[in-house]
Amino acid sequence: MNLSLLILLPLLTAVAVLLVRNAKQVKVAALAGATAQFVLAFVLLFAYYKERATGNAAQMLFEQRYNWFPSWHISFHLGVDGISVAMILLTAFVVIAGVLVSWNVTKMTKEFYFLLILLSLGAYGFFISLDLFILFFFLEIAVIPKYLLIGIWGSGKKEYAANKLALMLMGGSALVLVGLLGVYFSNSAQSFDLLQLSQLNIPIQTQMICFPLLFVGFGVFTALFPLHTWVPDGHSSAPTAGSMFLAGISMKLGGYGCLRVATYIMPEGAKEYATIIIVLSVIAILYGAFATMMQKDLKYINAYSSVSHCGFVLLGIGMLTKTSMTGAVMQMVSHGLMTALFFAVIGMIYERTHTRQVSEMSGLLKRMPFIITVLFIVGLCSLGLPGLSGFVAEMTVFMGSWQHPDAFRRVATILACLSIVVTAVYILRAVTKTAMGPLTAGFEELKDATWNEKLAALILIAGIIAIGVAPFWLNDLVSPGAEVIMQKLSR
Amino acid sequence: MPNATYIALIPLLPLAGFLMLGIFGRKYFKNTSGIIGTTLLLVSTVLALYTAYGYFFEYGKVDGIYQKLVPLKYTWLQFSEGVSIDMGIILDPISAMMLVVVTFISLMVHIYSLGYMKGDERFPVYYAFLGLFTFSMLGLVVSSNIFQIYIFWELVGVSSFLLIGYYYDKPSAVAACKKAFIVTRFADVGFLIGILILSFHSGTLDFNTLIATLTSPETAGYKSAAAASFIGVSALTWGLALVFIGGAGKSAMFPLHIWLPDAMEGPTPVSALIHAATMVVAGVFLVARLFPVFAISSPNALSLVGYVGAISALIAALIACTQTDIKRVLAYSTMSQIGYMMFALGVSKYGGEDGLGFTASMFHLFTHAMFKALLFLGAGAVIHYIHSNEMKDMGGLRKYLPITHITFLIACLAIAGVPPFAGFFSKEEILLAAYEHNPTIYWIALITSGLTAFYMFRLYFNIFWNKEAHVHGEHKGEGGFAMMMPLVLLAVGAAVAGFIPFGHFVSSDGKRLETAFHLQFSIAPVALGLAGIFIAMWMYKTENNKPDKFAASLSGLYKATYHKFYIDEIYTFITKKIIFNLIGRPAAWIDKNIVDGLVNATGNGTKDISEIIKGFQSGKVQQYAIYFLVSVIGLALLFIYWWK
Repeated sequence: MNLSLLILLPLLTAVAVLLVRNAKQVKVAALAGATAQFVLAFVLLFAYYKERATGNAAQMLFEQRYNWFPSWHISFHLGVDGISVAMILLTAFVVIAGVLVSWNVTKMTKEFYFLLILLSLGAYGFFISLDLFILFFFLEIAVIPKYLLIGIWGSGKKEYAANKLALMLMGGSALVLVGLLGVYFSNSAQSFDLLQLSQLNIPIQTQMICFPLLFVGFGVFTALFPLHTWVPDGHSSAPTAGSMFLAGISMKLGGYGCLRVATYIMPEGAKEYATIIIVLSVIAILYGAFATMMQKDLKYINAYSSVSHCGFVLLGIGMLTKTSMTGAVMQMVSHGLMTALFFAVIGMIYERTHTRQVSEMSGLLKRMPFIITVLFIVGLCSLGLPGLSGFVAEMTVFMGSWQHPDAFRRVATILACLSIVVTAVYILRAVTKTAMGPLTAGFEELKDATWNEKLAALILIAGIIAIGVAPFWLNDLVSPGAEVIMQKLSR
Repeated sequence: MPNATYIALIPLLPLAGFLMLGIFGRKYFKNTSGIIGTTLLLVSTVLALYTAYGYFFEYGKVDGIYQKLVPLKYTWLQFSEGVSIDMGIILDPISAMMLVVVTFISLMVHIYSLGYMKGDERFPVYYAFLGLFTFSMLGLVVSSNIFQIYIFWELVGVSSFLLIGYYYDKPSAVAACKKAFIVTRFADVGFLIGILILSFHSGTLDFNTLIATLTSPETAGYKSAAAASFIGVSALTWGLALVFIGGAGKSAMFPLHIWLPDAMEGPTPVSALIHAATMVVAGVFLVARLFPVFAISSPNALSLVGYVGAISALIAALIACTQTDIKRVLAYSTMSQIGYMMFALGVSKYGGEDGLGFTASMFHLFTHAMFKALLFLGAGAVIHYIHSNEMKDMGGLRKYLPITHITFLIACLAIAGVPPFAGFFSKEEILLAAYEHNPTIYWIALITSGLTAFYMFRLYFNIFWNKEAHVHGEHKGEGGFAMMMPLVLLAVGAAVAGFIPFGHFVSSDGKRLETAFHLQFSIAPVALGLAGIFIAMWMYKTENNKPDKFAASLSGLYKATYHKFYIDEIYTFITKKIIFNLIGRPAAWIDKNIVDGLVNATGNGTKDISEIIKGFQSGKVQQYAIYFLVSVIGLALLFIYWWK
């Protein structure tokens, strides 16, 4: 399995999108590219299983290394482990669904799809990079399209939201860059190579400075409290596919970075700062949930609930056990699928009712049974119903967190557990109000989902159910990756 | 030996029904969905009977003790060494008994609904949801792993939610389904934390290992669970008490009962199945499942179970006396009867004669399922006929609904504890167990049994006697064979189920328990029950003003019970006023104004600073020259005066 394909394919798709003539061809090219990515992600998954089954116990598989900037020891170094494979799968699911729901975009179609594909390119590159410099490079590629997607195709206070998002994410990247340079200059090998760095013992003084820089920098992407405020505005102003990519993929770049970069190369630093991470993530979980309860706009509801759900990712990382970190990755995958589906469904509803205010609609189940059934499924996934992915991820985080016998972590876990009630409250308020009750006057003629919307929803639901009903495959994929970090921590 | 495939099919067939009808029902099975669902469940029921027969009479017993067999187990999610969620099947007396109860009652409801829900627009969806519920409930009772039971617990909750909200365009149904889900969810947090505590100390999630570890004082798990403590209570007791909170939520125990009466917004057959016979006893089942741990290792947690059960039994019986919606009366009566089952467990000990409470509780669960399902289905027939839930619209219906009348009367006699109907035997055992171990609870139970007889016959006389109901419109009769057959079958069950020697099959330690019948002991409860019936007859058999006078003379108490002791109002106050206004609103406000305010301030601050600085780079050489000159002079002065 050649990992460069994961970069080449989106690149080719992007070029194809630019070259073809009319909007129809653009869509076909983008869909073909997204489908190819989707297939490729599965090929990667099975190739990965096959390698593992044949007894290949290397930490990273399918490694490739080309010298890029030899004098600075930067190389184009690619490789994947189970965690990256899981994230790549997530990306492929969200990309194909995002392309499908954008079928009706008429404004600057070519540029729109080009940016979507570019964003996916950045994400794939980020997840397969083993050299921190190129990892950073891909992170930046993934930021810029978001600014344009919101600024051009957005709605509401889009300029404000786009600026805020771009500035905060750029600020986060700046912290990441400073942290990376700090690590680079302080290690004896002067290397950006993740595997090489993980073998070194970075002095604790460096870790004390660089860990928070990297963690906070990546944390901005994944809505680390109190740097989460770009999330509600950014998500709610973005076009549907933009929100899906933002919440489904982009927020996961941060979580992945926190785990793979910050925690992996500086576990002692993570241990030192664990208390702060746990406190901030529990605040994000509960405070995000309570803030969601008061929202009236469907997109704001999902955006704030993302703050709460991403808190579980950070909590899982902060708890520093194999189980909790496995749970964190599962939560990333689960939340990615779920929130992309949620935004997709909100987009479908908005296209028909032209409102996102919960108070302005009710009884939609009568007119759009498919869309509303999807809304129910995604809502139930969000509130952690067994059989759907959210439950598995949250429970894994809880079980992992409870392995610590100290009172502080116990209290933190209990507080996090309480959020499942608050989540149920806000999800049920929103979903039952929209779906049930008497039909709002004027909505009698609304149509149910079209083929592309149905397909997009079914793809994401398939992912959610595959994790929810049979979580063992994801667990087997992810937990060895978490194990490696634990080994380094206990060394 | 048990055939694992057959047992696995018992829950899987209803699941298949759910998937088939849920996905394709609207298109392909518009009219046949009822038949499909019922047929699948009939097969399940047969398999359940076959399994129970095999377990109780063929392979279940080894050396006179019923074993806990695990014919099937798959690892579903491995957390760490030894700790995993397994999907498995446990076969022991209570799960075998529950398999029969759940499939049988569910089958009755499936058949009944063929008549009751006929012509409903969303007929396939209804049967799909029934299938989902039956699957979840069956999965719950056979769970071999404490996390597995939690998974099915939540699934049961969501199917209950979906069925309560079945009439989705009715605002009251929407409110009720939300309330049911959220209240039980709140209790489930307790359950979840309880699981975390118990699994942490025992190092396993598997029921058999967990129970074995936590009941033998020499194991490391027991020692750590008993030694760790929080505000003077051991971790073991905390864990069990929290698990019990989860059970109390599902089983509508005080003060988490508020969702149950509202849940009557669902279709009446659903109330019979979920909110009377099966799901609401899940809490009792959970305590029974962990009973050895409760009884051997934590008597404190067990007495909590006992007192919560007794208080719930009494409060619910009091409230039931004043309600006017017949389904609500039945709902409170359900809560009261489940209270009986709970405190029966609470007063029981593990093993031998002292384990009578355990057997009695399971026995009552069994008989209650029969007569309560019958009461609800009967009420359904009445509502079907009269198109109202209110007692004031009813009366004199014995002439129009003869079969319903007779079966309903049998159920009322059974629940009132009149010999020889089923409820008499199980209730006697419960009272005896309470009498021997906890006099306080015994007296509460005795008073409650008198009240039970009173409110049930108040209901009975108001529906079938009293004034002539104003029956209008076309008369559909009693609803045909589909609706009457389940009534008759259940009535037979309610009449004779009491003669089963339950202790021979179900006991706390798996050994045979002989339950004797004590004549002197039965006199008091039966006399009280008869007194209740006669008072109800005197007050309600014919139309008169005695009830009003009575209510007036007790005005304060009457009002309090009529308003259900204002518990709903207290909850509304807490949620609306405290959680929304004091936590939710400030959180949203802080986020918008303070946290985000700071972000904006940083942004604006940066802009302001750049606004100031940008003047410096004007491109005018003269200005630069002046800056240069001023800086040089400044630096020179600095050097001269500072660094002398």
